[in-house]
Amino acid sequence: MASLQMAALLSAPSTPVPSDRVRLGALRLSASSSSAARNGGALVVRSEAKVSGGGASARGLSLITHAVAEKAAAASSADSKPGHELLLFEALREGLDEEMERDPTVCVMGEDVGHYGGSYKVTKGLATKYGDLRVLDTPIAENSFTGMGIGSAMTGLRPVVEGMNMGFLLLAYNQISNNCGMLHYTSGGQFKIPIVIRGPGGVGRQLGAEHSQRLESYFQSIPGLQMVACSTPYNAKGLMKAAIRSENPVVLFEHVLLYNLKERIPDEEYVLSLEEAEMVRPGEHVTILTYSRMRYHVMQAAKTLVNKGYDPEVIDIRSLKPFDLYTIGNSIKKTHRVLIVEECMRTGGIGASLRSAIIDNFWDYLDAPILCLSSQDVPTPYAGTLENWTVVQPEQIVAAVEQLCK
Amino acid sequence: MAAFSAVKIPPPQFTTVRSSSQRPGSSPAHFAHSPSAFNSISFGSAKSVRSRPLFAVSSDVVSSDKTKPASSSAFIVNCDMIWRSRLVHCLVVAVTREVALELYEDMVLGRAFEDMCAQMYYRGKMFGFVHLYNGQEAVSTGFIKLLNQSDKVVSTYRDHVHALSKGVPSREVMAELFGKATGCCRGQGGSMHMFSAAHNVLGGFAFIGEGIPVATGAAFSAKYHHEVLKQSKPEGLDVTLAFFGDGTCNNGQFFECLNMAQLWKLPIIFVVENNLWAIGMSHLRATSDPEIWKKGPAFGMPGVHVDGMDVLKVREVAQEAIARARRGEGPTLVECETYRFRGHSLADPDELRKPDEKAHYAARDPIIALKKYIIEHGLASESELKSIDKKIDDVVEDAVEFADSSPLPPRTQLLENVFADPKGFGIGPDGKYRCEDPLFTQGTAQV
Repeated sequence: MASLQMAALLSAPSTPVPSDRVRLGALRLSASSSSAARNGGALVVRSEAKVSGGGASARGLSLITHAVAEKAAAASSADSKPGHELLLFEALREGLDEEMERDPTVCVMGEDVGHYGGSYKVTKGLATKYGDLRVLDTPIAENSFTGMGIGSAMTGLRPVVEGMNMGFLLLAYNQISNNCGMLHYTSGGQFKIPIVIRGPGGVGRQLGAEHSQRLESYFQSIPGLQMVACSTPYNAKGLMKAAIRSENPVVLFEHVLLYNLKERIPDEEYVLSLEEAEMVRPGEHVTILTYSRMRYHVMQAAKTLVNKGYDPEVIDIRSLKPFDLYTIGNSIKKTHRVLIVEECMRTGGIGASLRSAIIDNFWDYLDAPILCLSSQDVPTPYAGTLENWTVVQPEQIVAAVEQLCK
Repeated sequence: MAAFSAVKIPPPQFTTVRSSSQRPGSSPAHFAHSPSAFNSISFGSAKSVRSRPLFAVSSDVVSSDKTKPASSSAFIVNCDMIWRSRLVHCLVVAVTREVALELYEDMVLGRAFEDMCAQMYYRGKMFGFVHLYNGQEAVSTGFIKLLNQSDKVVSTYRDHVHALSKGVPSREVMAELFGKATGCCRGQGGSMHMFSAAHNVLGGFAFIGEGIPVATGAAFSAKYHHEVLKQSKPEGLDVTLAFFGDGTCNNGQFFECLNMAQLWKLPIIFVVENNLWAIGMSHLRATSDPEIWKKGPAFGMPGVHVDGMDVLKVREVAQEAIARARRGEGPTLVECETYRFRGHSLADPDELRKPDEKAHYAARDPIIALKKYIIEHGLASESELKSIDKKIDDVVEDAVEFADSSPLPPRTQLLENVFADPKGFGIGPDGKYRCEDPLFTQGTAQV
């Protein structure tokens, strides 16, 4: 696991971690590469294509404008490294497959998940392997099949409900808010709802307003719900497994443009922690908090910033609800400047909540106002140029950091 | 590998029929009754409803598919006999004394409990929205008393009596209504959210229609346990009952679940408690075709209309529907014509319903009718029934005393049970999980 070992070398010295903090699967990873370990320093997870530290060329960063990772990893180097290479949607499938194999109560429900294999191929092949009842093709009735997932979760199953596009889950909002989030509490703890609701969201490639929604801002107020956003094949698989094993209802946000990211992930089983953030690039000057696709815009901007002499610390917050205030706080205590880059709309978005959480907890450590770059509060237009201006672009990130560090 | 696949399922061969309340008087389950609401009350549209041809039922539903499996055709003959024929003597089981008294006691418990709720509400012991079930006891008792412990019940906000019939102790329900920590949901649910894992009561839902998908999920789970997990029971699949009202039958979730339940032949029974009113909206003003039972065949499942003021008739229909579901033959839609004697909730002035309609249904009080039946058939004496009344009064009084003397939930309870795994509150600035913070267990942490 060369990349992780490299990561471990670059991270701060680690202290032994109490086992209850680590959400790992049955197999143990070597101590230096335990990516779920919470050590005193940085938590480093690297994708194969990325390199840490000063402006070394990072071919993978060019995938910002092309969501598909360039097949730049030379064939020769690929064979000698441990682990296996796959695309993000395959990583999700692997995680799902492993969990379904491990626990027969895990089942999948959604539109076209069975015979069609999922509209983004996340469940391809699973129906043949597990049968039509475990990988259930539902009619187009989001509210009802999400409710059905909740009812079966209450009665002993562990369903994974797929929204073909996250936006469709707006139709299921009634069930997600009232039953998924609240039912454990309203029943006085009698029923648990170990459901995973997942699907692709975010602004894609000219998909139009309704297919380009970011539901994390709408769901974040629902009490009793956990939300995570994956951004790399490594964390996609780990978060999928963690979400399925969690007793809480978890919404796993995937992004339409990230499904074809390629990365080398370990062969051994691993499960990530749902509540932890991921240190993408340690730095000294400014903390950039981001998640999902914007991580890649930030990393592209980081390249420019490094060339200009800045040293940004980039954290992929991963856990949208609840926030990992420990990782975030440690970073702020070091850099004293915060920039939030998100794809949500400005109003009531994740950034807005994150900002107030930081102000509540780390006010004394801030040397500058918290800047938040969000998408424009407009329905995503179809035209490519307009769409690009709706979301945050790397140039804006660079400008914001320059302003913060003045 | 589970062999289930969602192939096109040929619609059932039988047609569904009108009210069993119109059966000839030779049936032992037949009470002396007045004509059903549709033709006795002077709703302007009632007559036009009756004269509308039942076109959706016969020709569209009967398929020419000759390839149905033999076993189902054998059943279909019986079913046809049940639902269509007036001559059902052979299938009507005479009610034994034990059963009759059990039904009587359960209905009296429901009535007495709800009356006590009203009293307690006006005395300021319970608050919020309280929806009482007076008058509809026959539906709850008729269905739920046939269930096993592992069968599930899903209801709406009018759920006290469903919980009681399923076996949740009156003490726990009353304490829940008073908002005490000893309530079945620790005081966190209230009147509209009665849950009991021990008795498989899956709620208690405040929004109408919201519980139907949950019930569908519970039925899916029963099928899954049988087919995938191979945890089969000798008596058959666990059945789920979904109770809801006439207003819900215009809601999307109802139709979506009818489709899915029939598609996958889920062991669920959709029980419509048609009390003709959704708060102040008459069913006839809200529904294009008020005959709800007809919506079953539209999805390929049997739709049955039954006199919901007659517990024995309800029980008979329930028996057949439950047996069907247990055998894996799929869902049934049962429309129970019933009535609530009180307003929609204790806050409802109930000004829109006409006195003669109320009087009509008061004359069909299910408890009085069953009492009459029991005495006429010599199943028990008047004094025995009175002693049951007295016993129930004591039970309800005891429930009130228990609830009164129970403690209110402490502050420490506030943050419990939000998450099944409290790590869901996240990691605090100090690196520890929030749920490990001492303030958290005192209910005062800011999370």
